[in-house]
Parts: sequence; structure tokens; C-alpha cells
Amino acid sequence: MNTRLYNIDLELIPTTIDLYHVYLLTAVFALALTVIILLFAMLIGLMRRSKQATQTSGTNTEQTISTTIPKLEPEVKVIEKIVEVEKIVEVEKIVELPAPEPIVLKEATPDAALQLLSLLQKEARFIDFIKEDVNAYSDTDIGAAARVVHAGCTKVIDEHFNLATVRTEQEGSKITLAEGFNAAEVRLTGNIVGKAPFTGSLGHKGWQVTDIKLPKLTAGHNANIIAAAEVEL
Amino acid sequence: MSDEHNANEHDNNEPGIDQTGEPTNNGPHYSIGIDLGTTHCVLSYVDISDPDADEIVQEVLQIPQLTSPGVIEDKAQLPSFLYQAHEAEINEGETSLPWTAKPDYLVGEIARNLGTKTPIRLVASAKSWLCHAGVDCKSAILPNEAPEEVERVSPFQATSAYLEHLCCAWNKQHPEAPIADQDITLTVPASFDPAARELTAEAAQRAGLKNAILLEEPQAALYSWIEKSEGDWRNHADVGDIILVIDVGGGTTDLSLIAVTEEQGNLGLTRIAVGDHILLGGDNMDLALAYTLKAKLEKDGGKRLEGWQVQSLTHACRAAKETILSDDEADNIPIVVPSRGSSLIGGTLRTELSRDEVNTVLLQGFLPEVASSEQPVSSARSGLRTAGLPYAQDAGITRHLAGFLTRQLNAIDDLNDITLPENATFIHPTAVLFNGGVLKATRFADRLMDVINSWLNAEQAPNARLLTGLDLDLAVARGASYYGYVRKGKGVRIKGGTAASYYVGVESAMPAVPGMPPEVQALCIAPFGMEEGTKEELPNDEFGLIVGEPVRFRFFASKTRREDTVGARLDYWTDEELEELDEIEITLPEENHKTGEVIPVHLSAAVTEIGTLELLAISNQDDHSWKIEFDVRSGEE
Repeated sequence: MNTRLYNIDLELIPTTIDLYHVYLLTAVFALALTVIILLFAMLIGLMRRSKQATQTSGTNTEQTISTTIPKLEPEVKVIEKIVEVEKIVEVEKIVELPAPEPIVLKEATPDAALQLLSLLQKEARFIDFIKEDVNAYSDTDIGAAARVVHAGCTKVIDEHFNLATVRTEQEGSKITLAEGFNAAEVRLTGNIVGKAPFTGSLGHKGWQVTDIKLPKLTAGHNANIIAAAEVEL
Repeated sequence: MSDEHNANEHDNNEPGIDQTGEPTNNGPHYSIGIDLGTTHCVLSYVDISDPDADEIVQEVLQIPQLTSPGVIEDKAQLPSFLYQAHEAEINEGETSLPWTAKPDYLVGEIARNLGTKTPIRLVASAKSWLCHAGVDCKSAILPNEAPEEVERVSPFQATSAYLEHLCCAWNKQHPEAPIADQDITLTVPASFDPAARELTAEAAQRAGLKNAILLEEPQAALYSWIEKSEGDWRNHADVGDIILVIDVGGGTTDLSLIAVTEEQGNLGLTRIAVGDHILLGGDNMDLALAYTLKAKLEKDGGKRLEGWQVQSLTHACRAAKETILSDDEADNIPIVVPSRGSSLIGGTLRTELSRDEVNTVLLQGFLPEVASSEQPVSSARSGLRTAGLPYAQDAGITRHLAGFLTRQLNAIDDLNDITLPENATFIHPTAVLFNGGVLKATRFADRLMDVINSWLNAEQAPNARLLTGLDLDLAVARGASYYGYVRKGKGVRIKGGTAASYYVGVESAMPAVPGMPPEVQALCIAPFGMEEGTKEELPNDEFGLIVGEPVRFRFFASKTRREDTVGARLDYWTDEELEELDEIEITLPEENHKTGEVIPVHLSAAVTEIGTLELLAISNQDDHSWKIEFDVRSGEE
């Protein structure tokens, strides 16, 4: 609207220092100062964060940021600059990356294992069976109990897993593995010499799970209780 | 919605369908079929957004449900059970479902599981109660035998709860296509009476299914067979065929006859008869086996079995039965009842279920080789009947079948294409379609076919063919969702209308005889085979209704009197011809009228698009009409 009023020719070098220009100058200095303060704050924050990476004390840096922001609130342009500063920080992060990657071992979550145990106990009385002293009983008795366990385990496995064999050939038949076969899928044993293709006999056809469908748990569920104690009233 | 296909404007030999007639963008995206079974609910769906698609892809919804406290699993079937848990039974937060933190009722697998150990809190077979005369289905009566302090629900509430669970499961998985906007087909037993149909439709309304219509289960099974054959069914059915659909579910047996006729050069299907509501199914068979083994164990061990042991036996018998009836090699199946404590090996009970026992108990008990002239045995019910379900007294399914076929001898009289031999004493089915999990067992299916064929052969008729290819567990839901597709004008539609004619009891104008109740005439208000969307009025029969006072009519149905027209009065009938249903009731509201005023009305009957029967009393003074209610069950007897 009033663009004309503030349209300043930058080529013009003022010969006299009027109040208007003094104001402009101080404004520029103030802006530069806040930017520098902010940059420092960010850098310090970043250094602290990398130092205390394990303690995840990101709250400190957040606090410093939040304390600086209110100062700048009236100046819309400066806030835009914060965004730029953050971009610079991101670039710095990427620069740090080439350091040797730490070896990450996948840690299995206990919940899924507990769930499976719970299912096996519920359907197949699995824990009851394993925890019992089989030496005290005759084979007939154990056999009877084994039927319960077998039928229940079959139900659990069929309902929650899709199983397929890794190799479809008959066990005992000769098979040839071309170069580049997946060593995780097929394990070589015995006289391992020479180069692929390898020819040998299939000892075990292998199993793989093609699909898994485990129950979901509600937030408050204690998976450690595999089977609740029962009290009949 | 988004995947709207660009229809190339070929008229795909369905002249009745115009391309622009169906709004694909705003109309329903799916046709959903819900099998609201006595023991399980299944939801199947078909994408109908593309009016030109000739191939349909059917899917079955995976229904998330609690299986035990805190554990949620997806299953294709939702067991139709409801459990009223005690507050101390389950921890806070262990009953949450993907769509709610605290559901009103526990339904599905968890209800069934908890109920096996605490039967007093379990609501089962709510559906059978809906069709049970003599109880008010909207009053909280279930669980039937629970102690006072257990909060009860009505059969109607339980049914709504199952439907609501299905709706939530759907909406969670299809947020872009809310179930309220889709075409819904709900299946009901063919033998459901008008009141039970009305209750089912109302439960659907309450669960938010605005566009729900009803379909009879045996018809749904046939639709599923047609859909599965992918057009090939025309090579397996011919004009003149009478298809007998036998649906043996967990709790009920449902029978229907469907005739194949000719319609303008094409094959047409007409449902010509339905059987009685028989509370007899697979669960009875498992129980029968369990009690046989229980007797055996008690004789050998000398110790009485406890309730939970019988439960466990029943469970084991179900699996063993299926193995013996499907596998000719398996003669003896070991049955093990594990102990309840943590010691598994020491405390188990062992026994065996032999082929002979299965043959005696199941084949001879449930499918005896009887003559076609036999009738199901029913002794007069004792006066002191407890308020339980009216289970079938005769377990012989073949006897029920024989009775049904004999009773329906005249079912094809109105059809020109089909004639029976002169000597026929029962209607001769030429093809049989099985449905229901029980009939998965091949020996069972074979036995039923043998018995039916022996009846046919005795009257020199050829053997009936077995129509195969159904998925017996999911067929009803699949057929129901396919029906939604059929309703769009694709594929053949089974005609039929109402499977019974309906009558109200009116006092005949005779001089009163002291000490004798006045004679009752049956006035036909809805004829046999009334189609959906049609209406009949009886302007000549005027009744005076008193404003503000409930007026009750006796209400009758007949599955065999096809010839009665609207307004016909019967002075005499046999018990077999007319079956008395619950009374119907009308109360004229007092608005616009004075209490005590007598308003002359006449009756009208209509079959709604939903598939329910609607009875109205229409004022003869103006056009006012009042609905006559079915669902006021006479609970006070």
C-alpha cells in the first residue's frame, strides 16, 4: 500500500546523518546481534545434545530457544531467519555422519515372545507340560497328555503363522545351488570347498514363516502373566 | 469413490440398467452381507461402485475382537455370545477395542471363552429367543438362568450388540465408506416369523444400518452357489428342477424349496416353501456325543464328571466327530480331557470315540433311515414349561425333513413348468444344496442323500443331484453380499414373497352360548407369496377400535394354504394348517380423539422393501392409519 513511502534507493549514500538513518542503522545492528545470539544458542545447544546423547536432555536446548524467541517476536523477518538457521544445523548434522557406523543389534521385544507362550499355554497347556517331571509317569500317561499339547500347538501355529518350506524338493534329493544363493535360506554343511554352483543332497527342506498374525494387546495388558491363576467360587 | 472407472458405453446385455441411473460417486460403494447366525456372525462384502464390472470380488471382513482380557485378535467369525462380566473379573482397560476404550458389552470370542467357565453370565442363542413365542424380546431376560444380581439384557439388545460390533469393525477398517451409507443385506432363517423379522430389522436400524434389508438364509446359500459357479449354474439346473436347500447350522435347521422355472426364455428361481423353525443343530450332536462318552467314563472310572469336564468333552467330541465323519481311515479317535490344575500329565482322563458310537449316536439318532411318510414325534408339552428355549423334541432331522416334504406336496401347484407324478406322496426334490458347518462331514451329507434318494426311489423317481461348491461356513454371508449385487439388476433373482399366508382371529357373528368361548374365524389379511413392496387392504371388514385401549388380535400363519385370498374367512382349520403366532396389538393414540371413542377401521397388510410384514389399521372416517405391533409378546402366560 504505502510502498512509496519506504522505497529507499540503496545506491544513495547519505551525506548527512539524519535521525531516520540512525534509526535504520541501530535496527540493522540489533537484528544482526539477535541473529548472532541465536546462532550461538543453537550451536551450544547442539554441542550439549551431542555430548549427552544418551541422557536425551533435549529440554535444555529447547529452553534456550524458547527464551530467545520472545525477544524476537515483534520482528517477523527474524523468525523467518530462525528457519534458515535450523536448516544450517541440519547440514552440519549430515556433515558429522561419515563417522564409523555403530553396530546395532536388533533386540527382540519380550511382548511377542510372552504372547506366544501365553497362546501355547492357553491352547496346548504348553508350560504345564514342560514344567512337569515326565520321569514320574508312564508313556501311556505322557502320550495322553502329549495329544492335548500336540492338538493345541497345531491350533496355535495354524491360526497365527503361515508356514512354508524353504525348498520344495524332496529331502534326500540332489540339488544345485547357483552362485549368489542366499546363505541365510540355505546352509551349506560338510565338505564345503570350491566355488558355486554347489551340488549336494537336501538334508532338511527348511521352514519359513510367510505371514504372522499375532494378537494385539491393550495398553494396560500385563503380558508377563502367561496364564492367570484360577479360583472357582 | 475415487476409483471410479471410465465406463465405455457398451450396453452389457442388461437393458434394465442404465449407465447413469446409479450414482457411483454418492451411492453405496459396497454391498455388505451379514450372516447373523445363532452361534457366529460373518460379514462379507462386494465392491459395487463400478456398475459395469461383470466380475465380482468377494471379501470377508476380519473382525477384531477380544479373545481374552487385554488380547485382541482378528477373526473372520464373530461368535454370537455376550458376557456380563463381574466388575472384579477383569481389570480396568483390559476390555478396550480398537474403536472404544470401554465397550458396553463383551461380545465375540472372549464372551464364549469366559462363558465356558462361568455359564451363568453368558448370553447365547439370542437369535433363537427372537423367534420364541411367549416372551417379550425387548425385556431383559438373558442370561436366562442367572442369579438375581447379574445384569440382564434382552435378546433384542444382544442382537444389536453383535451388529454394533460388526459396524464398528467395518468403520474402523473402511473410514472412507461408513457402513451406514452402504447397502446391507441381513440374513434371517427362512422360518423366522414376522415378529422376529421385524425385531431383526429394528436391531439393524438401532445399530445404524439405515439401508438394511432381510434375506432368507437358504436363499443366501443358493445365491452363493450361483455366484461361485460363475455363470455355470445354468448347466447344473434345468427348468422343472426343485432344489431342496438343507441348512444345518450350530443351533437351527432350516429347510427351503426353490423351483427352477422358465421366464421369457431364461431360467428363473422361485422359492416355493420354507420349513418350520427347528431348534436342532450341530451343537446338539456334539452334546449327544459328549454325554455318551460321559456315561462311558463314569461307568469305567466310577466317578461323576464335573460340568467343566463335560464342556471339555463336548469340545473334543466336535473335533473327533469331524475327523471320523470325513476320514474313512479313522475308526477310533482318542479323546483326552485334561485336568484343570497345572499338572497336565497325571490328571487327564482318557477315552476313545469309536466309529460305531458316532454311527449310533449321530447317524441313527439325528439322521435315522425313516420312511417318507414319517412325521417328527412331538409329545404334548407339559403344562409346567420352564421359560427356556423350545428345543426340537425329535432329534431326527430326517423325520423333520420327511414331514416338511409331505406337507409341501402341493407347493408347485401354481407353477406350470413342474408336475409331480400321480402317485407322489411328498414333493420330489430333484437337486439338493447343503449348507452349514455340520454338513461338511462327508458321511453326514452322504447319509442325507441316501435317505432322500430312498424316498424318491420308493416312488420310482430318479435320484436327486447334489449341488456342490459351497463354502459351508461362509456361504450365507457371501450369498447375502452377492444379493446386493443382484438387486442392482445383475444376475438372477430368487422370487418368492412371503412364505406363509397370515390371518387374524375374529369372533364369528353367532349367538353366544353360555360357558363356551365364542367361535373364532381366521380372516386372511396377507396371502401366500406377497412380494416386497406390495400392499393388500380389506376395506369390507370393518372393526371398531376403542381409542386409548389396547386391542389384541389372535394371529395365525399358514405355510401350506396357498389358495386363500385377502378377506377369506376360515371357519375351521386343523392345527397342521394354521400355526398360531403371538398376538398382535394395537392401541389408538388419544390425539384428535376422545378416550373411549370407537373408531371404525379396516386392516391392511404390506410387505416392506426391507422384507418385513407391516400391518396397519386404517380409519374409515379419514385416512389416518396406525401400525399394529407384533413385538408385544404375550409374556404373562
